[in-house]
Amino acid sequence: MRVTFTVNGRRHEADDVWEGESLLYVLRERMGLPGSKNACEQGECGSCTVRLDGLPVCACLVAAGQVEGRDVVTVEGLADYAARREERAGNAEFAGSNANDPASGAGSGASAADEQRWTPKGAGPGSGTRLAPVQQAFIDAGAVQCGFCTPGLLVAADELIERNARPSDADIREALSGNLCRCTGYEKILDAVRLAAARADSGPAGSAEPEEAR
Amino acid sequence: MADVTRTPTDLTQASATRGGIGESTLRPDGTLKVTGEFAYSSDLWHEDMLWGCTLRSPHAHAEIRSVDVSEALKTPGVHAVLTHDDLPAETHFGLEIRDQPVLAKDRVRYHGEAVAIVAADHPETARRAAAKIRVDYAELPPVHDEESALGDGATLLHPGRADHHAGHVPHPNIVHRQPVRRGDVAAAKARADVVVAGDYEVGMQDQAFLGPESGLAVPAEDGGMDLYIATQWLHVDRDQLAPVLGLPPEKVRLTLSGVGGAFGAREDLSMQAHACLLAQVTDRPVKIVYNRYESFFGHVHRHPAKLHYEHGATRDGQLLYMTCRIVLDGGAYASSSPAVVGNAASLSAGPYAVDNVDIEALALYTNNPPCGAMRGFGAVQACFAYEAQMDKLAAALEMDPVELRQRNAMTQGTLLPTGQRVDSPAPVAEILRRVKSRPLPPEKQWETSAPDPSAPDRSTGGARGVDVRALPGGLSNTTHGEGVVRGVGYAVGIKNVGFSEGFDDYSTARVRLEVVGGEPVAMVHTAMAEVGQGGVTVHAQIARTELGVSGVTIHPADTQVGSAGSTSASRQTYMTGGAIKAACEAVREKVLERGRAEFGSYHPAWAHAELLLEGGKVVTDGGEVVADLAEVLGSSAIEEEVEFRHRPTEAFDLTTGQGFGHVQYSFAAHRAVVEVDTELGLVKVVELACAQDVGKALNPLSAVGQIQGGTTQGLGLAVMEEILVDPAAKVRNPSFTDYLIPTILDTPTIPVDVLELADEHAPYGLRGIGEAPTLSSTPAVVAAVRNATGLDLNRVPVRPEHLTGT
Repeated sequence: MRVTFTVNGRRHEADDVWEGESLLYVLRERMGLPGSKNACEQGECGSCTVRLDGLPVCACLVAAGQVEGRDVVTVEGLADYAARREERAGNAEFAGSNANDPASGAGSGASAADEQRWTPKGAGPGSGTRLAPVQQAFIDAGAVQCGFCTPGLLVAADELIERNARPSDADIREALSGNLCRCTGYEKILDAVRLAAARADSGPAGSAEPEEAR
Repeated sequence: MADVTRTPTDLTQASATRGGIGESTLRPDGTLKVTGEFAYSSDLWHEDMLWGCTLRSPHAHAEIRSVDVSEALKTPGVHAVLTHDDLPAETHFGLEIRDQPVLAKDRVRYHGEAVAIVAADHPETARRAAAKIRVDYAELPPVHDEESALGDGATLLHPGRADHHAGHVPHPNIVHRQPVRRGDVAAAKARADVVVAGDYEVGMQDQAFLGPESGLAVPAEDGGMDLYIATQWLHVDRDQLAPVLGLPPEKVRLTLSGVGGAFGAREDLSMQAHACLLAQVTDRPVKIVYNRYESFFGHVHRHPAKLHYEHGATRDGQLLYMTCRIVLDGGAYASSSPAVVGNAASLSAGPYAVDNVDIEALALYTNNPPCGAMRGFGAVQACFAYEAQMDKLAAALEMDPVELRQRNAMTQGTLLPTGQRVDSPAPVAEILRRVKSRPLPPEKQWETSAPDPSAPDRSTGGARGVDVRALPGGLSNTTHGEGVVRGVGYAVGIKNVGFSEGFDDYSTARVRLEVVGGEPVAMVHTAMAEVGQGGVTVHAQIARTELGVSGVTIHPADTQVGSAGSTSASRQTYMTGGAIKAACEAVREKVLERGRAEFGSYHPAWAHAELLLEGGKVVTDGGEVVADLAEVLGSSAIEEEVEFRHRPTEAFDLTTGQGFGHVQYSFAAHRAVVEVDTELGLVKVVELACAQDVGKALNPLSAVGQIQGGTTQGLGLAVMEEILVDPAAKVRNPSFTDYLIPTILDTPTIPVDVLELADEHAPYGLRGIGEAPTLSSTPAVVAAVRNATGLDLNRVPVRPEHLTGT
């Protein structure tokens, strides 16, 4: 069958889709978007979490045909999605909050001393990429180890902060309880979400942090 | 939150170049991993690629009478179907003993053993074709425990075995047995005022990395094979693959692709040989990706164990003797069972000074799933038992359990049961003191000051609300605090670092320094498998510190450089980090030689001063700039390749277990605070504090991340994780629906206290970090549950029915 839907703001068409294929398979194997990960294929691990018409879902549990005509956001489109959300919200608070130190506003979060963090500019093929605040926070907080759970966690964490700008730790744990991580013990993931929320609270899209600190 | 405690020594040094060792630099692969661009082995794609699929045995033990692949071969889209009879060369593989068939021949020995493989143009076509293969099995009674393995007339798993352990084991169904004897246990027992004994059991834990086994094999024009693979040790994969493919090793080239976690499960081959064989026969690239179900059958697990321990002590709590017997179930094939036995035996006394010991550890061959490497490697099982014993002894002596441990804690200079002297700091008493002195988390954290309208299921009415997310049972809303009791427990453990028992353990690094775009840049090339631990981050830090450059490029890991050894045994920062340090030192020498030859007349310091590379300059040890590094290098590149070895070890004596077997030790202690719903048997771990000596934290952020991750895997073993194997030796829960690992709701806050006491034998004084926290986490949680409930609890994982008696 043919399936047509919007992925990360662009209309995509997939031909010769077998009826048993999942949204995850179509994204990964037919659309060249392998960012969403397949770790359990039964909705237990959350590694394949995407937004479907705004709702976070496990792409492995969505039959490809169910997506016809609908709107999907994957980790590959998260930065654009966050930027568009920022635009819609308007940048009114941009100027006023620029001077705030995001880490100091994080309460119990943002444990690591930001001045200790340093990464060389221009190192690695991914540098220079625009990131969603939650993506930058995962890097800064050390929330990425093997990274296999990361795409799903990012989509879920971004959705949490979208609907709850100041989540408590219990809120974060509840919202991310469908996303398994085997490497980190979750502590630095909590740090990352607190950091992303604190930064969003004190200014748009990571603008509150000086560039040198990255 | 991490408190990093620095104890200055002359071995730990800060870097004068930014981004060097000791800083929490960020991962070089971080951006790719958060954008979804990082290429894991399961993300690879090749034009004309086929998909491979494995047919696995539904029985744990059966004779294969016949295999008929004709229907499978007729399926449209199928390109090849292979069985044992189609193997072109060597038919078996194995890490230490090559006892495992690439495809089963006339007998299957465990549930899920590979019998046939299929290549097709769609993964579903391959799966459906595999289902059409007709295998005629005649089931055999399974060997499933010690009695059926060693009793009269026991079926032999590997009749006629001729491996290097076959000669000394008391029974052919024992893979390896290691006794350790020192002192005079009988005399010590006569002096003991108090004796405690117990039987303990550890269930079969799965590594449960998130990225299932996968890889892409691409036939090369020279008749060789290129394999892009997620593994822990490229070279040992190649050494097992080349004979199976009938190729010389240099024609089998492996490149590491993105690895979604490992924890020991990628030490053995999984789909490597199958993908390469299908690629060889079809002359097409072949990709194999396991799903979660197959992953549970596709790798070895942590050895389940039965342990009997006895300790005797004086009335004031001094340990006089310890005896133990540790029986590990190795399953159908050897994997790394012999080394796990060596670890379990040599570390069975824990981080305590005990002069009189009688120890026996062994691994069985059975028809259960093969077991091998998992984080903690033999030391985890022993730690659960000896720490339970310490609590039991403390209770018998009416002593504080931490005080009893501190009283017997080993220190630098203590002899291990193997007679090996601990010749680096052993702050066992200190890490216990640190976790104990931490303030306890507040009681009843589920109580909110007022009903919180945003918290779900929160309120029982009145002035106070309840947040069920902080209670045992969580969002299942099973209690609002009724029947909930708190307990606190402690544990400490010892793990060896690096490969022990005389293994020639080395790593190789190639470092190239040259000017790129006007700036000096170091290229670091090793075969180290980055599995998530952050090796690539610290490798760049080491190069910056040693060469004084900010630009470092990490070359992809492959077999075009010498072996790095395995990413296991907490060894890579020590070993490949050590190799990079040594290679950088060699490069630095060449740079200075070149400088002296070409610029020696420009500055007197070239002739006599101790020169360093810092901040892109050649400087004196006083900090005076002598030359620009870029200027000295000019247009030439300086490249050095170095093999690095830790100090040599020796094998344990086969009857006494004596020997200088270990390289280094790593110590961690935990305090667990739990709350138990005694009516339903549900456990909520409230806090799991850890103190660990890391020698030198090359990257404090990553070090703490390792400790928190290891701690959480220990929590999983304590209260939820077990592969259930029934008496027919069949696996009953191969899925994330039925095999539970901790979620973020199950995991408490994990405060980490990092000590840095340098080990003078190691690069920068560092200690391997990754495994130690996995040891003590499990017994600390169980001790806290015992403390809360008053129950004995001699088996992990602790299940609700163990707490309710139902």
